[in-house]
Amino acid sequence: MSIDSKNADPVALVITPAGTEPSFASGLVWLVNPRLALGLIILAVMGLGSFLLPIFAPADPSIQATYMRNLPMSGAHWLGTNALGQDIFWFLVFAVRNSLQLGILVAVGVTIVATIVGLSAGYIGGTFERLVMLIVDTFITIPLLPILIILGALIRGNTSFFTVGVIIIIFGWAWDARTVRSMALSLREREFINMARFSGANTVDVLVREIFPYVSAYILVGFINTVLFAINTEATLAVIGLSKVEVPTLGSIIFWALSYNALFTGQYPWIVAPIVATVTLFLGLFLTSTGFNQAFAAKRGVS
Amino acid sequence: MGVIAFVAKRFGLYLAVLFIGLTITFMLPRLMPINPVDGYIGQIQSRANGTLTPEAIEEMRANLEVLYGLKGDIFTQYLSYLKRVVIDFDFGPSFTYYPAEVSTMITTALPWTLGLLLTATIIAWLLGNMVGLVAGYFHKKRAASILEFVGILLYPIPYYIMAVTVLLLLAYIFPIFPLSPTFPVGEITWPKVGMIIYNSLLPAITLVLAGFGWNILSMKALAVATTEEPYVVYARLKGASNWTRMTRYVFRNALLPQVTALALSLGMIFNGALLTEIIFSYPGIGLIMRTAATGGDYNVLYGAITLSILAVATAGLVIDLIYPLLDPRIRHK
Repeated sequence: MSIDSKNADPVALVITPAGTEPSFASGLVWLVNPRLALGLIILAVMGLGSFLLPIFAPADPSIQATYMRNLPMSGAHWLGTNALGQDIFWFLVFAVRNSLQLGILVAVGVTIVATIVGLSAGYIGGTFERLVMLIVDTFITIPLLPILIILGALIRGNTSFFTVGVIIIIFGWAWDARTVRSMALSLREREFINMARFSGANTVDVLVREIFPYVSAYILVGFINTVLFAINTEATLAVIGLSKVEVPTLGSIIFWALSYNALFTGQYPWIVAPIVATVTLFLGLFLTSTGFNQAFAAKRGVS
Repeated sequence: MGVIAFVAKRFGLYLAVLFIGLTITFMLPRLMPINPVDGYIGQIQSRANGTLTPEAIEEMRANLEVLYGLKGDIFTQYLSYLKRVVIDFDFGPSFTYYPAEVSTMITTALPWTLGLLLTATIIAWLLGNMVGLVAGYFHKKRAASILEFVGILLYPIPYYIMAVTVLLLLAYIFPIFPLSPTFPVGEITWPKVGMIIYNSLLPAITLVLAGFGWNILSMKALAVATTEEPYVVYARLKGASNWTRMTRYVFRNALLPQVTALALSLGMIFNGALLTEIIFSYPGIGLIMRTAATGGDYNVLYGAITLSILAVATAGLVIDLIYPLLDPRIRHK
């Protein structure tokens, strides 16, 4: 029995028993558990929605006074408009898209830096490793938010959304570097690595064929967690008004709602909609990352 | 490795963290294209309607540079910065509240932050670990997965969302708590203490809820793993009750990694506390930072961040030094 991997939805994959013929889909069945499936569905809906819908947007939602102010929910404005004359629904769609974009950008940067630092520390060892780990531990220990507040105060207004991402990369790589390094340490001692060495594989071969498949699972989980961290950090800065608040993000929408006292004026959609969107997105990311973790652990037989 | 070597190594890390942290704080503003002195002069200029003469501005610039430690080459600045911060704990005057000393402003705010943060963290840690222990020990039962579900639901919610939601639910829809809190100043009397506690409950609830989920999840994972250990099976065969096994055998052993994890996540918890203070206008370090950031009051900002690094690093040190007392294996070596 073979499954059409393109049309099968993740839930169906869970309940479909794996066939005897090793098709692509049955090769992936081990990967899917309910937690991962739910997480991926949430991410797919929110990801596709926020990246495709903006094509149909009637106007750029970040421009103020496009519509009448404080309109209630209606067919034309699904979530009404806010005190700045922006359509809340479209602002939210753009916010989810921008936040996801930033999250992915930062996660790519962090993964690259963390992998280089972690692997080199783990493999070179000695004084170099101790020095690197001292710096890593310092970056982990130093509370990030105060530093970001200072940076935000210094570059306020004169920065691009991209710079905010770069700053988050500079201060966010340490945790992942620590994980990668401990993986490198444990891999260095494994028999199968030595086996490959003795069989005549060169360093690149060992890295690509033996180590990467083993490490990729962790890197994927770390990647998703970093997306979560980056979105959260930018939103935190935006909520207190120190990011680029003109750009719609999950944080800036709450910044505007709070500074225009949406709670006092009873504009529930303005404040409730971003809360629901953020919680759903974060739950989706979290379920995906722990779901992958579970699946990989189950495959290795250590669940 | 003996206890002394352990303490020495940990203390070395502590000093290194402080040194690197202070250096970053020193370098950051100097790498920026913006000079705070220019900003101050601009502000004073606009208050004086541009009537200042160039000579007066020059003199003011020289005064401000001495006042804010910007005189001399970068190495001299760095040495005098370290001396001022480490030895004198002096950050100069505040710009917005001139001539108030930054160190006094910070020491007034510190007890507020510490009180809120310590209470909330301890409650969240204890509660989360207990729930996680039950969820992990009985992980084969259906009811336990509900407990874990609570953790999964709470954990990914960021602090700011938690704060706004708590505010929305408990101050607006169910008006149990005040929407904008009032904190009395001056001498502390008993009625004032009650008022402070009442007004601090919302930020405290936020911090507890936000810290709770993570503790449940990580304690649950640890407890599941520990329950499978041979010594727990042995205890069961020996006839130890469920309660004894859960508390004396599983909890004692699963607790240790949790202590280390707490030390490592202190920075994150501290970030959350700062943010919560800002959203609830709670008069701690976070609010001071927020006000200073908006007003361009850099001395206050540097004072607050230096203190933050010091506080988080010291708390981590204390937790790590308590660790051997909890782990007999290290203690007896």
